[in-house]
Amino acid sequence: MSILVFSGAAQFGALAVLLAGGSTAAAIAAGVLLNARYLAMGLALAPSLRGRAPSRAAFAIPMVDASWAAASRGDGTFDPWYLVGVSVPQYVGWVLGTVVGVLIGPRLGDPNALGLDALFPAFFIVLLFEEARGRRRIVAAGGGAGIALVLTPVVPVGLPILAAAAAAVAAARRRA
Amino acid sequence: MTSVWVVIAALALATAALKVAGPLALGGRPLPGRALDVVELLASALLAALVVVETLGKGGSLTVDARVLGAAFAALAVWRRAPMIVVVLGAAALTAVARLIS
Repeated sequence: MSILVFSGAAQFGALAVLLAGGSTAAAIAAGVLLNARYLAMGLALAPSLRGRAPSRAAFAIPMVDASWAAASRGDGTFDPWYLVGVSVPQYVGWVLGTVVGVLIGPRLGDPNALGLDALFPAFFIVLLFEEARGRRRIVAAGGGAGIALVLTPVVPVGLPILAAAAAAVAAARRRA
Repeated sequence: MTSVWVVIAALALATAALKVAGPLALGGRPLPGRALDVVELLASALLAALVVVETLGKGGSLTVDARVLGAAFAALAVWRRAPMIVVVLGAAALTAVARLIS
């Protein structure tokens, strides 16, 4: 999963839905929606890429949050080679870390006794703090949290996270 | 097990498609503003929902257990700009200790 998807938010998001007993479709939808930001990031990156379609696509594939942000020149343009240069070491670390986890994971016994179930909320809190900057994003985050809180006891597992997308639609109606 | 691989394959394809869509579809033309606004806000809304579900969710119900302590630590540590590894491992350690004591 780390080799093919290479996106912490989507991987953990989809697994969280599956582990909680949610359906395959709900897990896919949650992962795709979490990665919908790449659509926006790709659109922002597009004018900075030159060359033919295959070459533009080749620069867009390695894009991840950190390298996209690092490659930004601050004036709306991006340095494509810098983006690739930041992404490659991250990819290697991500995949190696996953391999280590797979190898030692089974020896750990009950993961919850080690508090490993608290890793998920902690990880999402880190990502959320990075992401939710600015008034509208905070409004969207608050709405998403509220929707999840209200819906979790009433609808099947996984759906509250999808329903939280409505908060983004609502927040987008506000002026920036 | 199969469903895990279905999810992985679908996410791998969808993620790649999302990444290349922009650069392939437009050479400099921007998206309609409204659509771009929603896309930009999606991650915040979904991450907040994930925090809630992962902290309080237990199957199809809400519960308060040791994870809440871990999440509270994480929020405080992130706010104090602690490195991610400290935030995540600290949250797990605090949750484990709370379970040990209770």
